[in-house]
Amino acid sequence: MKQVFKRPEALVDVPFHFCPGCHHGIVHRLVAECIDRYGLRDKTIGVASVGCSVFLYDYLDVDVVEAPHGRAAAVATGVKRSRPDNFVFTYQGDGDLAAIGTAEIIHAANRGELITVVFVNNAVFGMTGGQMAPTTMAGQETTTTPYGRETKTNGFPIKMAELLSVLPGTTFVARAAVNNPKNLMRAKKLLRKAFEIQTNRQGFSFVEFLSACPTNWKMTPELANKRVGEEMISYFPLGIFKGETN
Amino acid sequence: MTETVLVKGNEAIAMGAIEAGCRLYFGYPITPQNDIPEYMSKHLPEVGGTFIQAESEIASINMLLGASATGARAMTSSSSPGISLKQEGISYLCGSQIPGVIVNMSRSGPGLGGISPSQGDYFQSTRGGGHGDYRTIVLAPHSVQENYDLTMKAFDLADRYRNPVVILGDALLGQMKEPLIKHKYQKKKFPKDWVLTGTKGRKPRRLKSLYLSEGELTEHNWALYKKYQRMKRITMYEELYLEGAKLIVVAFGSVARILKTSVQMVRDRGMKVGLFRPITLFPFPYDRLEKISLSIRNFMALELNTGQMVEDLKLAVGHKKNQVDFYGRPPGSIPSPDELYNEIKKVYKKRIG
Repeated sequence: MKQVFKRPEALVDVPFHFCPGCHHGIVHRLVAECIDRYGLRDKTIGVASVGCSVFLYDYLDVDVVEAPHGRAAAVATGVKRSRPDNFVFTYQGDGDLAAIGTAEIIHAANRGELITVVFVNNAVFGMTGGQMAPTTMAGQETTTTPYGRETKTNGFPIKMAELLSVLPGTTFVARAAVNNPKNLMRAKKLLRKAFEIQTNRQGFSFVEFLSACPTNWKMTPELANKRVGEEMISYFPLGIFKGETN
Repeated sequence: MTETVLVKGNEAIAMGAIEAGCRLYFGYPITPQNDIPEYMSKHLPEVGGTFIQAESEIASINMLLGASATGARAMTSSSSPGISLKQEGISYLCGSQIPGVIVNMSRSGPGLGGISPSQGDYFQSTRGGGHGDYRTIVLAPHSVQENYDLTMKAFDLADRYRNPVVILGDALLGQMKEPLIKHKYQKKKFPKDWVLTGTKGRKPRRLKSLYLSEGELTEHNWALYKKYQRMKRITMYEELYLEGAKLIVVAFGSVARILKTSVQMVRDRGMKVGLFRPITLFPFPYDRLEKISLSIRNFMALELNTGQMVEDLKLAVGHKKNQVDFYGRPPGSIPSPDELYNEIKKVYKKRIG
């Protein structure tokens, strides 16, 4: 019988610490699949960030260095410049990449660093207990926007993919979601493309994943999934903002 | 390869780094250390190295963290306000036990302060300006030659202890020109069983500072503590005229340099004054000073700040009937040998007669 589904070899066989319904586990799996697909397990150096994503090193069977909060793109720059033949990626959440690490991601992208950035946007600070993130939706209640995010005082949810796509230094910039099988299959393709951009030494690649955070959204996994599809995608459109599909 | 060249102190640091095998440099412009990134941007490409002018000091130190994590020799340099920004990265380097060389050609603070020489960063360097219970090795050169020699040494110490090493100079040591005798770096081997290169033929490695399991962090901190204790064996200092001395003047870096002339002046007038110059500020030469203090009772610290290293001096010799006097001045001007001569004379008269 033909085997059609198995755990990726790059994914360590331990239970995730992620909450039920969180999309981090799915995105981890997609990253592991890509590492397997391109035979990168023994040449990958991952850069973990701060937040729910920090435990990357417990789940992926590759070398990993932990970056200070927001600094993953700078750390990855140092790693890649030192080891140009290794595959180097960062895995960052929205607080890490779009708040405290904005300078680092913009300048790494602008320099066209040969790295791949996996950006998980769940519109909230997950690890710290549900505070407002730069990507929190207008009107969204969080523990620091108890009356809902007021754009007049808190600004607007920041669109990182769009922002990075206008930089001449970037080669591939896309946004994906994993809330349903259709989007998941599309996300898989986009991430593969981002990996290829680096393995072909073409330039900086970036994929933003819209992700559910049922715990901090105070929703069931089912409703949180629905919210990604109904609320987030209309503000954070999916697709390729820079580069080609194939 | 012994060639004598006339170079600035900053250039000597850059030259020493490249000679010691530093192949990656990350920095952000700030006066008075710009000769270092400028030299690196010109000469690193010649040896196949990488120079990046980063978007900030924060990015620079984290690029260093990434490069060093792969086992490469990397350096960043800055001056006081920029070093403040690097403290987060330094704390992480210590926590994850990643080496690296950080040059502080310090200027005056607090805040934007000024660009004149200062020793106001002594506490920041030796106590750890970032969070957590950590230490960095701190080397304090006092000449252009030492800038060169200690930079080479800094890379070895960083690799030996898997720990960041700070070179603490100042505007004076960075900007002055002196003859420098270049020499070949003697390559040493250090264990590389921790570096990230991809997992080919081995299990994955992690460089991290987060320890959440029961007891894990305590154990990690004890291991770090033991490492810092082991560093005692690298303590370096210079002593002059200790024999028969009644008063020992203690200073580091640029002040020690000026002081050498002043000590000559007081000795020429018959005062029995010796000089002690810590070269490693961490580890501070407590043991040696304590030993000296068993036979010599009078000490005087001189600093280009309002009193920082003097605290370490007191910890070392401040027992029994020993006297520790202090002359310090805030940044803004550099003391002349005559001024320091007068200050030493005053203390000598008071304590010895």
